[in-house]
Amino acid sequence: MNTCSEQIIQSMHAYLDGELSREEERILKEHLGRCTDCQKLMDELAEPLALFKNTVPVRAPEGFVNGVMARLPKEKSQAGFQRWLRNHPLLSAAALFFILMSASLLSSYDNDQQFSVTKQPNLIVEGETVIVPEGEVVKGNVVVKNGALRVEGEVDGDVTVIHGSKYMASTAVVTGKSEEIDEVFDWLWYKLKNMLKDVMPSTGKQDD
Amino acid sequence: MRYLNEIVNKKINEVLKGDQDAFEEIVTLFQHRLYHLCYRMLGNAQEAEDIAQEAFVRAYMNIHSFDQKRKFSTWIYRIATNLCIDRIRKKKPDYYLDAEVPGTEGLDMYSQLAAAGELPEDEVVKMETQERIQYEINRLPDKYRSVIILRYIEELPLQEIADVLEMPLGTVKTRVHRGREALRKQIGTM
Ligand SMILES: [Zn+2]
Repeated sequence: MNTCSEQIIQSMHAYLDGELSREEERILKEHLGRCTDCQKLMDELAEPLALFKNTVPVRAPEGFVNGVMARLPKEKSQAGFQRWLRNHPLLSAAALFFILMSASLLSSYDNDQQFSVTKQPNLIVEGETVIVPEGEVVKGNVVVKNGALRVEGEVDGDVTVIHGSKYMASTAVVTGKSEEIDEVFDWLWYKLKNMLKDVMPSTGKQDD
Repeated sequence: MRYLNEIVNKKINEVLKGDQDAFEEIVTLFQHRLYHLCYRMLGNAQEAEDIAQEAFVRAYMNIHSFDQKRKFSTWIYRIATNLCIDRIRKKKPDYYLDAEVPGTEGLDMYSQLAAAGELPEDEVVKMETQERIQYEINRLPDKYRSVIILRYIEELPLQEIADVLEMPLGTVKTRVHRGREALRKQIGTM
């Protein structure tokens, strides 16, 4: 067992931490030179550190980065966003508008130039014209994009025509709302309302 | 180093603006260092991958709270070290933890129990160096494991270890000293 002073042992640690002055180091070395117990202790303290010097870094496995990216939440914080909406009701509409103005949505507007229509079995589609036939009742909302809509029968739901034209015959009946959306602004407003519908129902209740 | 900080902060600002892809480059830059840290802390490849990935996810979710005047590596090391310590704690029964036994100079009950289950000397001698390094790290009491890894495996300066572990410099020094003592007793003369 080492019988030398605690001070010597402390200075061994200070030496290993690289915190000894030149003079202190000289004193320590001198002591180690004539005290085999302390020299042994010093060697034993230094040995494991020499072992660690041989550590070979282990590299992250293949696919590590993709794994992280897959684990990231899709949105930053849904809950935080909803809380923000509640706390800033006036700003939220403006902010949402700017979000919608972002490049991705505008580009989706540009890509949205193809004719499309909701799929109801009794709708007649001729080229880019959609007809609600006379005497028929079409169930559900009808949305026509980049095409024409002729309503001769009945639509049990809303009618929305985006970037197109609408003709209502005298026999036409629409039980829900009827809307035409033509300009970019209107289109954005339509998207905004749909987005608000997605966000708002859950804002009424507490989320935490 | 300064150059790396600039790249990282630039990427962080892109992430803050909502560009998730910019985070991928941060992960790419630090993946090996962080994985290696977790690997040494946990001694297990699968857990290391899980915890290191989790650390990046936490970093992403809290990126707004990162102070760009500081080093990103210190911050992400802190997140990873805390996750590793939590994982290690969850793996053992509570009553072993930090229960100091009088006269054992900082070796807690767990390390004594672990020591009781240690391998016979001739087995240890046959170990290949990398295996031996991990074996000795695993036997270290929790309290000293993180400082010893950060000091002697990651080779961080003491002040940086204090920043990672959010401890006063004096506490870090004491733990490094005790950690070296624990290693000395574990290894004896090789
Ligand atoms: Zn002596």
